[in-house]
Amino acid sequence: MITLNINGKTTGVDADPNTPLLWVLRDHLQMTGTKYGCGIAQCGACTVHLDGQAVRSCQTPVSMASGRQVTTIEGVAASALGKTVQAAWQEVDVPQCGYCQSGQIMSATALLMENPRPSEAQISAAMDGNLCRCGTYNRVRAAIQAASAQLASEQPGGAK
Amino acid sequence: MKTKMRNTAAQNPSRRKFLKESVALMGGLVIGFYLPTQGGRAYAAEAPAKQVYPPDAFIHIAPDDSITIVVNKSEMGQGVYTSLPMLIAEELEADWSRISVVSAPVGAVYNHTGFGMQLTGGSSSIPSSWEQMRRVGASARILLVRAAAQQWGVPESECHAGNSRVIHAGSGREASYGALADAAAKLPLPNDVVLKSPKDFKIIGKPMKRLDTPAKINGTAQFGLDVYLPGILTVLVARSPVFGGKVKSFAATGARKLPGVQGVYQVPTGIAVAASGFWPAKTARDLLVIEWDEGPGAALTTTKMVAEYLALAGQPGLVARKGGDTVQGFRKAHKSVTAEYEVPYLAHAAMEPLNVVVDLKPDRCVIWTGTQMQTMDCAMAAKTAGLKPEQVQIHTTFLGGGFGRRANPRSDFVIEAVQVAMAVGKPVKVVWTREDDTRGGYYRPMWADHIEAGIAKDGKPLAWKHTIVGQSIVADTPFEGFMTHNGIDATSVEGASTLPYMIPNLQVELHSTKNAVPVQWWRSVGHSHTAFVVETMVDELAHLAGKDPVAYRMAMLPAASRYRGVLQLAADKAGWGRKKLPAGHAYGVAVHQSFNSYVAQIAEVSLDSGKIRVHRVVAAVDCGMIVNPDGIHQQIEGAIVFGLSAALHGAITLEKGRVMQSNFNDYPPLRYSEMPLVEVHIVASSEPPTGIGEPGTPPIAPAVANAVFRLTGKRMRRMPFDREKLV
Repeated sequence: MITLNINGKTTGVDADPNTPLLWVLRDHLQMTGTKYGCGIAQCGACTVHLDGQAVRSCQTPVSMASGRQVTTIEGVAASALGKTVQAAWQEVDVPQCGYCQSGQIMSATALLMENPRPSEAQISAAMDGNLCRCGTYNRVRAAIQAASAQLASEQPGGAK
Repeated sequence: MKTKMRNTAAQNPSRRKFLKESVALMGGLVIGFYLPTQGGRAYAAEAPAKQVYPPDAFIHIAPDDSITIVVNKSEMGQGVYTSLPMLIAEELEADWSRISVVSAPVGAVYNHTGFGMQLTGGSSSIPSSWEQMRRVGASARILLVRAAAQQWGVPESECHAGNSRVIHAGSGREASYGALADAAAKLPLPNDVVLKSPKDFKIIGKPMKRLDTPAKINGTAQFGLDVYLPGILTVLVARSPVFGGKVKSFAATGARKLPGVQGVYQVPTGIAVAASGFWPAKTARDLLVIEWDEGPGAALTTTKMVAEYLALAGQPGLVARKGGDTVQGFRKAHKSVTAEYEVPYLAHAAMEPLNVVVDLKPDRCVIWTGTQMQTMDCAMAAKTAGLKPEQVQIHTTFLGGGFGRRANPRSDFVIEAVQVAMAVGKPVKVVWTREDDTRGGYYRPMWADHIEAGIAKDGKPLAWKHTIVGQSIVADTPFEGFMTHNGIDATSVEGASTLPYMIPNLQVELHSTKNAVPVQWWRSVGHSHTAFVVETMVDELAHLAGKDPVAYRMAMLPAASRYRGVLQLAADKAGWGRKKLPAGHAYGVAVHQSFNSYVAQIAEVSLDSGKIRVHRVVAAVDCGMIVNPDGIHQQIEGAIVFGLSAALHGAITLEKGRVMQSNFNDYPPLRYSEMPLVEVHIVASSEPPTGIGEPGTPPIAPAVANAVFRLTGKRMRRMPFDREKLV
């Protein structure tokens, strides 16, 4: 039995310790917001946070997640930052097919957590591991910038 | 609305053949009476005005005034879960804030008005539903008003509808749709439906936010892969490494011993491993030892195939279009140019790999999958399971991308999943890994082209001979009957046979090849290759004539051509010929019509250590009347990314029958770091709406190629461009 803390809740799962966190979330816990896209950390659809860092859950053995805080798309709105990012995604109307968007949002949230005012180049660098076949890249970029502006306006002394 | 009938009489015999063959193929299922057509404009004409669609098939109004729209097209990112409700809500006079969407079950009432079966494809959802869905909304509104008038004992003409309410101004009485729905549903269907004039539109033409966005940003949107049933087993199938190969023998001792594995089964497509989840199924599949009878597919190697195709391209083929006399034309030509083109197989590589959930019982089969082709899948599943089509139910989930792969008239992934369910005897979810999906075939065909073109002394084109070589997509499918005429698959030559330029001597020929690689429509189908070939060659002619590429095209286009409008708009917005670009940057242009929509693109390109960098794309589009402008922007942006991925990097190649690519590391789509700025400009139009999902893809490859020529003097004649050494 492996004990996991996911979105603030403690859960026990009976899984082989080598099973990727992705498949524990999906097949064991039916938390289906985290997506399978490639299985080799090339597409970012499976991105979750481990202690606030973006990781590819398809390449993270579940044993590595034990004892750490796992945040998935289902729990991202529990933080003010996550809420801001989701609101920006809604405002810009980013998704098309939507399949990659959980991963995009998790990567964007991790970026803004570390760097609330990313430059264009920093956005590209942080998001380059997240693929979108529908081509929402420019809208994701716009949503990240909108969220960043919103964060700045919420800072004391920020542009209100 | 006035609509034009096109080719209707000429198409009748082939349409009858289409219906007959479809019925035969689908085991006797009658698939409807509408006639398939090629163009979006024709759909509007043939969605028969007299056909009365019961509004309750599409609209459910609850007592609390919430409205559920049943959408009969699959949502794969193109926005139909928003645009089709817009058409209904406009005429229904509905409160947009109370509208939600469910996907339609399989049923004749949900058939495509042009194809006579339930499917989503051909950039046809809006053009084929434009008339139909507005009629559905108007019919419902008429019944709601009628019900209110009857209850109040007032003339209907004194009542009007707005914001999901019926109002009688004279008495000040009002009733909500929710309160009237039951009474309205009991009334006979109206036969006096009059549609609004476009000037009265309140919803159509306005940028509307997508109704599916909230579910897609909080993880709750359900894709096929997200369906879990009690006791369901995850199944991975080991398929032949060579197309057409069969299992000769297999050993599964190691696989069977793995914890979580429930069984290993031979199925027609290979060896199926059923397990408690994806990970044990995948781990066990890796342990299988399979000997394959590979068959003739093992002889296929891309380099050899390209050589064979190019040799064929030099031979006379079937004539797809002929005007004037090319032999005479070339004799008179002042200058001429000859070029060969190579265009590879491409995988669709939708973000969600293929998957199907099947719950099979002796007397019924329930399927959950993201499909674009419900009627065919339903019929094929029934045939496979030995059931009647009405015993098969399909729940269409959200599609994690489609791009044509999920519209397979052969229903490959659905048939296999039913076969797996028959073997396993429990509810199953058949999951394709990314590698399975990349190597699974049903590709955009590989093409080789040969063009000879000549110009007169004044630079005007005099002769053009284009020979195309590649597999037919519709061969041996029910679509062959009406899409292939005299041996020519219209999808093989579209964009080439429809060349709009005034060239007095012009001939287009086709060689349809056959081999074991399964092929299929891929966003923009034939246009994905022909636009590249013809629009780069036209650019060569402009250069040969010493003319500006935009002016040269304009001079060759008929005065009333809608190509001219988009070309001019793109040139104006990009500052073609005026704007000073940074050193080392150049513009390239292309214009193309597909799915009855016209798109011009101008790409600003530079080279970065020999690598092509696209900085900005200015697109102009004429797709008739605008339904959701924001949706048009999304589709053009996305189509450019899709086409640019293919232009720069996309290739599926074979060695001894084996697909050399496997995943996003060796079949790389465009990433953020390569993403250009995209501007989309829409031509105002009062023409009926035409396709928008695909027409943005074809022009990007030639626009970039033409810019690369300006930078380097080198013509791109092979895709993808990252094969070329550029300095």
